[in-house]
Amino acid sequence: MTALVYLMYLIGAIAFILGLRGLSSPKTARKGNLTAAFGMSLAIVASLIFPLEGSFGNFGWIGGALILGAAIGWYSAAKVEMTEMPQLVSIFNGLGGGSAMILALVEYLNIIGDGGLTNMEALIILFTLLVGGISFSGSILAYLKLDGKVKDKHVILPGHQYINIILLFASLAALWYAWSSPSSTSIIIATVVALVYGFSFVAPIGGADMPVVISLLNSVTGISAATAGFLYDNQIMILGGILVGASGTILTILMCNAMNRSLLNVVIGGFGSASGVSAAAGGDQDQTVQSVQAVDVAILLNYASKVIMVPGYGMAVAQAQKQAKELDEILTEKDVEVLYGIHPVAGRMPGHMNVLLAEVDISYDKLLDLDDTNSNLDDTDIVLVVGANDVVNPSALDDPGSSIYGMPVLEVWSAKQVVVFKRSMKPGYAGIQNPLFFKENTKMLFGDAAKSLKSIIDEIKSLS
Amino acid sequence: MEQILQFIQENILSIYLVVFAVFLGFELISKVPSVLHTPLMSGANAISGIVLVGSILFLRKTDPGDTFSLSLGALAMVMAMINIVGGFAVTNRMLAMFKKKK
Repeated sequence: MTALVYLMYLIGAIAFILGLRGLSSPKTARKGNLTAAFGMSLAIVASLIFPLEGSFGNFGWIGGALILGAAIGWYSAAKVEMTEMPQLVSIFNGLGGGSAMILALVEYLNIIGDGGLTNMEALIILFTLLVGGISFSGSILAYLKLDGKVKDKHVILPGHQYINIILLFASLAALWYAWSSPSSTSIIIATVVALVYGFSFVAPIGGADMPVVISLLNSVTGISAATAGFLYDNQIMILGGILVGASGTILTILMCNAMNRSLLNVVIGGFGSASGVSAAAGGDQDQTVQSVQAVDVAILLNYASKVIMVPGYGMAVAQAQKQAKELDEILTEKDVEVLYGIHPVAGRMPGHMNVLLAEVDISYDKLLDLDDTNSNLDDTDIVLVVGANDVVNPSALDDPGSSIYGMPVLEVWSAKQVVVFKRSMKPGYAGIQNPLFFKENTKMLFGDAAKSLKSIIDEIKSLS
Repeated sequence: MEQILQFIQENILSIYLVVFAVFLGFELISKVPSVLHTPLMSGANAISGIVLVGSILFLRKTDPGDTFSLSLGALAMVMAMINIVGGFAVTNRMLAMFKKKK
């Protein structure tokens, strides 16, 4: 029996590896996901039948929890709007970390109740508690930020990076206390401090840095699962957790590279909060923008031969992807080439725009990455910037005082015409002014992106 | 210190496993195209729900009279299970959208 269970764990672990490999290539991704899910089911069944010494069963509790969790998970996955995907991924991730944290907490309480906590056990438990707690409260704050329930400025304190350093030491001190004098009080203090630290860790990170922090938290949750695996001496937990930790780390590095910034720089935070007040803030007040109406844009598009659309988080907010697709179809009928320029950190999670455009069936060979977009721009007649801001900001290239200086951007201004869809002249999420709006070949179309696209579509239809 | 050395001695195979898994993880995903960033992240996220195994084992060995531990253990299970089922389901939904066209 024991051998059978170990074999199931082994097959489950292999399924995780094959699943992740499948997920990294478009052709095999769906199968990969199902393979990983199969591996997980095997691991669950194996844990249920594992011949555990001194087992009381408690299968009523276990079955109830499994069914309840599965129902909630299934329901939220089926109900969620694709535009709310970043929030959902954050919350799922936080729940995984929270689960590891609670597990560490009850294990600690039970073991000290029996009086037999070894130092090494305590170390593993406390590390799991810390990492799981950071992942939990950090992901919850990320969720609140993404959902717009919490604004960056509400949670950033002056000198926040110093507060975080102090909190990090405070968490380590609390862990030391719980380690050296085990009691229910000390572990509760450690839990609270870890939660506060996770919250405060994510607080100063916002704007275009959200994709980085989401994949970082993902990796942290994986690590908490792996350390919990040491507690149960369970290899599939260790392997699964570490694989997630490694893949999250890779995504984090990819996102940082896309912004040409170091992870430390992102974590310290301050995208647009501290140093954004350079030339941009002073000189732009007296500059004017050229505002246009939908009908003008329609005429421009009617005579164009190549159009590139640059989507950003604003497209997700305005739910404008359906209208974008409709415009794409109308223009394609008129033999206009329509492409999409996707910046790696556009949106609020890695690959956010790809998901959004896939939802409305836009084929992914029309999606250009950063370099391809930039090399295509010279012979592009019109660029439509729909809800993107920081990723098309020329300050990144020519204003050393800007907080996004050095980040590779989509150089849309090298196209013949640029039309920026924008609600108002308020600066973007990063809170920095965008000189693109004042360029000679830039026109601003104010209003809700979805409505603006709709009126352009109507105007084009009435033109022909 | 002695305990740490003892721990390493007893768990040397698991420590090897960690090291290999780190390299394996990096190798597996290092060349993922940006179109798959989100599904990969949410799929991997679902795998991190493997902590569920720990909470199942915990519940099974908890004294049925200890309602406090049972409740917290069950809470940990519910949370991990949401992470797993929700994560795989939403990833599948996303990938189904990608698959519709060629």
